[in-house]
Amino acid sequence: MSAADQDTVDQDWDEGNPERLYVIARGRSPLAAHTTFDLVTLIISRSQPTPTMQPEHAAILRICGSPLSVAEVSAYLRLPASLVTVLLADLHAEKRIEVRAPIPKAALPARSLLEAVIHGLQRL
Amino acid sequence: MDFSGSESVPGPQEEDLLPASVATAVKVVIVGGFGVGKTTLVGSVSEIRPLTTEETMTQAGAGVDDTAGIERKSFTTVAMDFGRISISDELVLYVFGTPGQERFWFLWNGLFEGALGAVVLVDTRRLEVSFDVLGRLEDRGVPFVVATNAFPGSPDHPTEELRAALDLPAEVPIVRCDARSRESSRDVLMALMRYLYDLSAQPV
Repeated sequence: MSAADQDTVDQDWDEGNPERLYVIARGRSPLAAHTTFDLVTLIISRSQPTPTMQPEHAAILRICGSPLSVAEVSAYLRLPASLVTVLLADLHAEKRIEVRAPIPKAALPARSLLEAVIHGLQRL
Repeated sequence: MDFSGSESVPGPQEEDLLPASVATAVKVVIVGGFGVGKTTLVGSVSEIRPLTTEETMTQAGAGVDDTAGIERKSFTTVAMDFGRISISDELVLYVFGTPGQERFWFLWNGLFEGALGAVVLVDTRRLEVSFDVLGRLEDRGVPFVVATNAFPGSPDHPTEELRAALDLPAEVPIVRCDARSRESSRDVLMALMRYLYDLSAQPV
């Protein structure tokens, strides 16, 4: 491969590149993980990263010492939210993270919840 | 060697850490046309520097998202800014600003599912960009309030004129705001919460 070819390959390997994302997800579809994880599902590490882990898994365990939403994990890792849910599903299956699901919403949110939010906003 | 790569991911700043007691999160979505001030509003109310999450989605009409879809032209990466407000030691509110191109808002898996409600941010100089999203929110049963962002030189429509122009039901609140102001943006979220509260009081 010539140097010029190598440059082209490197340029292709940019952050949003589908091939790169496909490799990180190891070919798995995010569809199943979507049902477990919302953008605001909270994640807390329950174990330390190990040197043999996929780097993205290790990064998640490292930054989730305090609760972080899926959206925040996606932002810090610079990875699409749906891909992050695949990685989180791996860690959840291995009991390496704790998952705090959002309040399931019925037709309308509970009045007590809304009262809490209104009260919180008033202090902002 | 790969492991060292994870160290390069900067996590949250010390002052941005949530207490371990936070048990649940809720979200609201700010929708509105390009340049209407969504990112400004998110930044005004957020206790953290707004972050950006992204999603890779297949282009509308490009077919199903399977491995065959790895052909690059069928993918688009869409970014969305969001902020966070700690409501209490146990509850946190996330505020998402939708990406500029409206055709992506409803492709984003799970963005509206579970949202308490939405704020439709409107530029009164360009009302027409809001029609489509209002209809889609209604179709999905997502409760919303309308907020007009005060731009210099924006026509100052009386509320009822605006309501008629947007074909909004009488009960949907319309509020004015200055998205640059924390207080004003907070009041927009407050208007949404009060509206939801009123809705929840009605017999179903």
